[in-house]
Amino acid sequence: MTESSIAFARTEMLPQQEPPLSERGIVKWLHENLFSGWMNSILTLLGLLSVFLIVKRALPWLLYGVWDANSLAECREAVAAMAGPDAHGACWAMIRERWHQFLFGFYPMDQYWRPVLAFALMIVALAPVLYYGLRRINMLMVGIVGVLMVLALIGVGTDAAHLLVAVGVFAAIFAVAAAAPTKLVWVTILFPAVGFFLLWGGSVWGPIGALAGFAIFGAVWSLLQKKLGVVVAAGVGLVVAAMWWLVVQTKVTTVLHEFLPAGLPSVDSDQFGGFLLAFVIGVTAIAASLPLGILLALGRRSDMLLVKTLSVGFIEFIRGVPLITMLFVASLLLQYFLPPQTNFDLILRVIILVTLFASAYIAEVIRGGLAALPRGQYEAADALGLDYWQAQRLIIMPQALKISIPGIVSSFIGLFKDTTLVALVGLADPLQGITKIVRADINWKGIYWEPLIFVGVIFFIVCFSMSRYSMYLERKLKRDHR
Amino acid sequence: MKRSVFLGTLAGAALLAGYASAATLDDVKARGVLNCGVNTGLTGFGAPDATGNYTGFDVAICKAVAAAVLGDASKVKYTPTTGETRFTALASGEVDMLARNSTWTYSRDNDLKLDFVAVNYYDGQGFMVKKDLGVASAKELDGATVCIQTGTTTELNLADFFKENNITYTPVTVADDAEAQRQYVAGACDAFTTDASGLAATRATLPDAENHIILPEIISKEPLGPVVRHGDNNWGDIVRWTFYALVAAEEMGITSANVEEVAGSTQNPEVKRLLGLEGDLGAMMGLDKDWGKRAIAASGNYGEIFAANIGESTPIGLARGLNALWTQGGLQYAPPFR
Repeated sequence: MTESSIAFARTEMLPQQEPPLSERGIVKWLHENLFSGWMNSILTLLGLLSVFLIVKRALPWLLYGVWDANSLAECREAVAAMAGPDAHGACWAMIRERWHQFLFGFYPMDQYWRPVLAFALMIVALAPVLYYGLRRINMLMVGIVGVLMVLALIGVGTDAAHLLVAVGVFAAIFAVAAAAPTKLVWVTILFPAVGFFLLWGGSVWGPIGALAGFAIFGAVWSLLQKKLGVVVAAGVGLVVAAMWWLVVQTKVTTVLHEFLPAGLPSVDSDQFGGFLLAFVIGVTAIAASLPLGILLALGRRSDMLLVKTLSVGFIEFIRGVPLITMLFVASLLLQYFLPPQTNFDLILRVIILVTLFASAYIAEVIRGGLAALPRGQYEAADALGLDYWQAQRLIIMPQALKISIPGIVSSFIGLFKDTTLVALVGLADPLQGITKIVRADINWKGIYWEPLIFVGVIFFIVCFSMSRYSMYLERKLKRDHR
Repeated sequence: MKRSVFLGTLAGAALLAGYASAATLDDVKARGVLNCGVNTGLTGFGAPDATGNYTGFDVAICKAVAAAVLGDASKVKYTPTTGETRFTALASGEVDMLARNSTWTYSRDNDLKLDFVAVNYYDGQGFMVKKDLGVASAKELDGATVCIQTGTTTELNLADFFKENNITYTPVTVADDAEAQRQYVAGACDAFTTDASGLAATRATLPDAENHIILPEIISKEPLGPVVRHGDNNWGDIVRWTFYALVAAEEMGITSANVEEVAGSTQNPEVKRLLGLEGDLGAMMGLDKDWGKRAIAASGNYGEIFAANIGESTPIGLARGLNALWTQGGLQYAPPFR
């Protein structure tokens, strides 16, 4: 075939033309997303209208916000001076005066460095869980948290000595992260005792004694588990550790304290409030409910009748009862069952019952993860000759937990927000408790939106970070790639 | 049925708790701290300030009792209690006494096995309306919308009042005082009803207080006072007579400023007995003889406490009214110290 001399078709491609106006750019986007039909157009217009109305009302209120006043009446005068007598303005001056109560409750002001340091250490204690053994990212995280902590410490007015202590602690952790990142896991293991000591204070020997109990438990367990099996060894270890905690510990720590008195001024739990209280209850309950929840989930799938019945009974009972009921039990009923004059702290009671409550939900989430695993995984574990606990630890749990991450995190977020319910038993949670206290001050009585917005923004930041973090974890663990 | 079973259980448990720790005085002395149940936050009556110190009209009673029993008004552990938890906290022994605007009623006194030892504030339910509504009496509120907190005695009182006067109203239920104030200001209701002391505090903080009036009708009796557990009469007497010492001190003109001076110069035998210069009134209750002096020195006599926390010189600006001394037309009356 020869090329025809008559060009019946183009020999070269036409240059690409811009798509027509209605098929590109903003017009196309608007058409596709907002005005694709008459129904959608109406909804769009209605939506725009409501956004406009909200902004029209809220914007002046936000713009005329007053930061510098000593009472609501002064705020109103300042707004009137700024924008005329009929204008409304936010009175953020209340936040300026009371922010410390929203964050720390009645924690002694000169001790604010302790909760700040504890909070920073908590984030660092999470690092090995997230990035076990990764040097660069661990160093980065410790560094950033350290810098933020120093800023926060200066913000709450810490004296130089305690600032140095906090910086020293972080420098040490940074060094560990640089030299041996896998050793950072000790920060995580020690954090509960350190956090308790920082927040409540008292003699340093108390938390050390409590830790020693866990060390005893670990030692007994590792000695006996070969001979007696995992469960029995754990039981024996628990009994020995309990004997240490209940009988021996106080005697030893009292002697040690006399010998070497060291500690921080002790702070009563009734001085805890605001977000400090929400975090103490939330974080403790979250941390404690995960292992409990795993055990309950395994118990519910167990072949042993007693274990199964107890687990099912516990889970169904707890899930069938509202959290408020549990809080009232903590606050009112427990006191009747305990011997008179036992000073069993209300916050501790609340933490225990919130933990039980959360563990039932976590157990069901994890059971969902277990149920989603194909049977072959269990059979493969059996075929490899692994015993029950080895199979759980090496094969089943890593996969089941991966599947359960979204559910677990949403339980955690829910639990953290539920901590505001403790206001019903008279604890000073940030949303209701502290707000009520602020409003009881005649200077701020009648203030309505400002405390709610302030607390809401902080809750949003915390919960949003948690949810982003869970998405990040999912991507990192690629749970859909099975 | 359910309610009576619950109350019965509560009462039984309270009795047990009462027997188990009969001598509250000994417990308090051994502990060195008075556990006092207070409100989670009520303007003028009890709330922590910006530095976390509790102040208020009710809180002053806690301080006076601590001063009388322990010799130090600061040795008080304040336990914030809500409307739901207050009586159980007391019955279970978590607090030694309540000083928390609780209304003395028959069933609380008898069914809940509590003892109201005195009345430190005579309150009553009132109405606040906007002036331009043109209403001068609560009986003219026919057809009005009324903002009211749910689950309180005020709700029942309101229903009774309107039924009795054969007029109608539409309730706008709200969860708490702050919301009520907000709804009222926003115009969601014509009238706002709660205890008169609360109305005065709310009105004081409105941007246009002069445009709102509190109607003259008081439709209920709300005698508020400190509460102790049933069954420990000695402790009840201590709280009761500590309060009466404050009232008597006002009658006799003893203030926190002049108590030492009066003690040095007085010739009045009753003042002498009250201040422990004569007789042994303290020992009869298991206290030392200076208990009355310390109670008065803690935050002043009844009139001083009233003036400092809720009186006319404060922004809340409550008049003494029923809470004036009996000699000035009020109801505050202390039995003789003899």
